[in-house]
Amino acid sequence: MPKITYIESNGNSKTIDVANGLSVMEGAIQNNIPGIDADCGGGMACATCHVYVKEEWLNKLDKIEDAEQDMIDMAFEPKKNSRLSCQLIVSDKLDGLIVTTPSKQT
Amino acid sequence: MIKTDVVIVGAGPVGLFAVHQLGIKGLKAEVIDNLDRAGGQCIELYPDKPIYDIPAIPKCTGKELTENLLKQIKPFKTNFHFNERVQEVSSESENWIVKTNNNKIFKAPNIIIAGGVGSFEPRKISLQDAEKHDGKSIFYSINDKNKFKDKKVVIFGGGDSALDWTLELSKISKVTLVHRRDEFRGAPHTLNEIKKLEKAGKVALKTRYQISSIEGEKNIKSITIKNDEDKSIKIDTDYVLGFFGLVMQLGPIAEWGLNMNRKTISVNTENFQTNKKGIFAIGDICTYPGKEKLILSGFHEAALASVECFKRARPNEKYRFQFTTSSKEIQERLGQKPK
Repeated sequence: MPKITYIESNGNSKTIDVANGLSVMEGAIQNNIPGIDADCGGGMACATCHVYVKEEWLNKLDKIEDAEQDMIDMAFEPKKNSRLSCQLIVSDKLDGLIVTTPSKQT
Repeated sequence: MIKTDVVIVGAGPVGLFAVHQLGIKGLKAEVIDNLDRAGGQCIELYPDKPIYDIPAIPKCTGKELTENLLKQIKPFKTNFHFNERVQEVSSESENWIVKTNNNKIFKAPNIIIAGGVGSFEPRKISLQDAEKHDGKSIFYSINDKNKFKDKKVVIFGGGDSALDWTLELSKISKVTLVHRRDEFRGAPHTLNEIKKLEKAGKVALKTRYQISSIEGEKNIKSITIKNDEDKSIKIDTDYVLGFFGLVMQLGPIAEWGLNMNRKTISVNTENFQTNKKGIFAIGDICTYPGKEKLILSGFHEAALASVECFKRARPNEKYRFQFTTSSKEIQERLGQKPK
């Protein structure tokens, strides 16, 4: 199973196995990873599963859609490497992905 | 004090359908919502996006769904209390007393929380210095635009609010519009107008910049914006307007002593009652094994909760299950003349 690393804004980090087909957001919620709220449940209708993707992984992800960019406008402290973790679907390609969660979501 | 059978917290689709389910059972409801209109997330987040999973409606937008629900509950002449946020809940014998932030007080044997993910609040500038200027030099909504007449204003955001206000205030103020990327999600037509004004030197436009600091003690004197390449620009300004969209905050509901699971309220699946008798939670805000955050789930939850509300509001009457197709009583309540 692909391993995903979640780093909290305070530096705490957890690496967990996330099954292919789940989103990075679902991996966090199912494993009680703090820092991801996912208020809307994965519908790209809020911006509370916002993560910063480690730079070297940015190009390996599926391209960001306009609707996701629009939603990230409403996120807490968006940056160039911001993504919504509900839109990152885990596959073997993402084995080793590292994301950092912002200091807060709302 | 307003006495009623049920206080509904939240005027989203599920709260609206709860009015219907209570109404056909002859129960009165009062609806409270923090926003200025009905529709909840359907109206605030996706008014024009099609929804495909409302039973028997192949496709409708959030706006259409809201309008149809309002039409469906029109016969019940329900009172809506908009721009009110429920603050406190206390018990008084068999009733609940509900108090809003504007000190409206309600008394009812039942409360249905259909609050979605909480109340919508504007997302604020996250800098520590922003707080002390909030409501003085920094605003997240505009009540009176004349405040900005002949002043320097920096507007942040990329949506319709940011674009509309840039255009509007450019007539009376010196406006700088700042957005974190080149693309705007607001209406292209408005953006074109703004770009014309920029060319004419009437509006300043800064994209790929975000706010990095605020200068000034009592009032804002200037702000500094920074881009991804760490380039900073200082802008002298009197006011800052932030239009970063809305965030949902659970707010005071979390303090009511209800059993919570993360940001949701635990309920039973028989009548969607919480751990407090007479307080129900339906729609996105409730949780139980197998819960799916779908509008259609909320409709079902509303129907079942309304039965228990009836039993509590009319303890001396027997609840009778009835179909709308055949019940004269229901048809009368709906203002239909039976054939």
